Amino acid sequence: MVERTRLFDILTQIVLIIGLVILFTPIYIVFVAASHDFKTVNMIPMPMLPSGHLWENLTKSWQQAGFSHVMITSLIVASGVAIGKVVLSAMSAFSIVYFRYRLRLIFFWLIFITLMLPLEVRIVPTYAVAANALSPVQGVIDFIASYIPQVSIQLPEWNLLNSYEGLILPLIATATGTFLYRQFFLTIPEELAEAAKMDGAGALRFFFDILMPLSKTNMAALATIMFVWAWNQYLWPILIVTDQAHYATAAMQLGKVVPGPSFGEPPVWNTAMAATLITMMPPLVVVILMQRWFVRGLVATEK
Amino acid sequence: MSEISIRGVMKSYGRNTVIHGVDLTIAAGAFAVILGPSGCGKSTLLRMIAGLEKISKGDIAIDGKVVNKLEPRERGCAMVFQNYALYPHMTVADNIGYALKVAGVSKDERAKRVNEVAKSLALTDYLGRKPSELSGGQRQRVAMGRAMIRQPKVFLYDEPLSNLDAKLRVQMRAEIRKLHNQLGATSVFVTHDQVEAMTLADQIIVMNAGRVEQVGTPSEVYRKPATRFVASFIGAPPMNLLEAKVTGRTEVAIGSRHLMTPHHGLANGQSLIVGVRPEDVSSISGETLNVSFVEELGAQRFVHGTFEGQDFVVQQPPSDSSDKPATVVFSIRPETIHLFDAASGLRIEPVSVTAPAPAFA
Repeated sequence: MVERTRLFDILTQIVLIIGLVILFTPIYIVFVAASHDFKTVNMIPMPMLPSGHLWENLTKSWQQAGFSHVMITSLIVASGVAIGKVVLSAMSAFSIVYFRYRLRLIFFWLIFITLMLPLEVRIVPTYAVAANALSPVQGVIDFIASYIPQVSIQLPEWNLLNSYEGLILPLIATATGTFLYRQFFLTIPEELAEAAKMDGAGALRFFFDILMPLSKTNMAALATIMFVWAWNQYLWPILIVTDQAHYATAAMQLGKVVPGPSFGEPPVWNTAMAATLITMMPPLVVVILMQRWFVRGLVATEK
Repeated sequence: MSEISIRGVMKSYGRNTVIHGVDLTIAAGAFAVILGPSGCGKSTLLRMIAGLEKISKGDIAIDGKVVNKLEPRERGCAMVFQNYALYPHMTVADNIGYALKVAGVSKDERAKRVNEVAKSLALTDYLGRKPSELSGGQRQRVAMGRAMIRQPKVFLYDEPLSNLDAKLRVQMRAEIRKLHNQLGATSVFVTHDQVEAMTLADQIIVMNAGRVEQVGTPSEVYRKPATRFVASFIGAPPMNLLEAKVTGRTEVAIGSRHLMTPHHGLANGQSLIVGVRPEDVSSISGETLNVSFVEELGAQRFVHGTFEGQDFVVQQPPSDSSDKPATVVFSIRPETIHLFDAASGLRIEPVSVTAPAPAFA
């Protein structure tokens, strides 16, 4: 606490309450809209108190949007991204922090640059790669083959469109988690690595026996953030999934539930908002379950 | 028991050389202390023995076997770190037993040996605790237990006592020495604290700026400092060092005062450094010290001042008066004088015409 006066206490409380109201108002409106029937929700102005049609709207939108299927797709994708991200970040940060090899700085900067190039910026080339994941390799081979014709090889096509891999892998390949882990690994005293070396533990042993248990809270924090982030992805799934019957995600489905031909004109806000509520639930549950770990992982490292 | 021999060892980081060729033999079973100010390369030398730093040039051999290329675990060394470096997520028992776990020792055998070690360090009651639930002294003992369990040939200590409070430090010092006597392994202990060095060591290695200044027993290092640096580093307060000029075969001049010295055999006019320990200064009148302040230590007092414009300290017996005298008289007996070359800083031994004084023996 920096200061402790009555006036200051009241002021901070007020600021907090204002922030809370600003954050909660949209969610409240979603909730209210989801609890009215088609007629009242389209009245102007919309009523500000909830009504009794919530359950009805929820079941209707659940069936119409096919949530029993898309929820599972989203769950697979979000969990895949969260787990993949944790594994990849931990390993790449381990490499950058604990090994001194010649290309270390180059790799460090390559990873760093991906921070400046989020998926939205490189979406066209990423799509091209997703269409044939081996195309960069093929490109390199073709380049070499233009000088040495003997190495000319035609690789098979590896198409990631309309697949879980296609939904998951491009979302994993960013640097945010790597940096979170790097910062954490840098706070671990160097002597710990040396002590492990003196105890005879090799690099992998050190990674699994010492670093992984110590970074449990980080892992939880990163996995939570990544789960929510992947769950809310909209642009990438909509680009890569053309087989909507099998690979549509919950967020994609929302786009269809908001006013649209599938539910008839005019906009059916009540079912759309009910669908929003349903889509919000899984990330909310994950955050609540992980909250204890999550906060510890972001605030401080236990020593 | 293993002898450690260090032959022409150098360490450089890029162009920056931090250790300039160290030649040293540490006898099997000895307790060697590497003493020096911070940044003198003492820790680097220790880490090269441990295998945590690459050796840029030269050889290190343990038990006659060159270990330059060996991994730390293959060298038979165990190390106690300055900040203990305990694994924070493991219990005391797991911390101590980790080396055995890595080595693939069975669970029962491991538990047995952990118990033995814990018993010898009085840690049995704490085996289930995490390091964060222990006091500094207990953590220190866990760190030692972790080193002991491997039954190493060589124990390496990297300033292990510097994080403890003064009382605990004295206690742990005694425990480390006791442990060394029991285990019979070779110990190498790095410190910047001369009291630790004097009390623990069979052999003191004084280092400065990446070079070994002197190797000897604690009493040799104290009584016959090989260089001006050693003279100024060992002793509290350190030896008085005065610039002087040769005026005769057994005489030098400090400013306007002439002083009798042992027979040094140097040419007149040559400059040298005269060293006298504050505790060797005699209270018989002869010279005059202009007092600037007095340090009261109870058992004795140190009077700081200037003599012929140069800083000088005199030890005096305890006294009831707390007054600061303006001047103090003293004299320097020739046999208590150490002479050093002004340029190289090396010790100048008295020529044997004069019988060696008892203080040098």
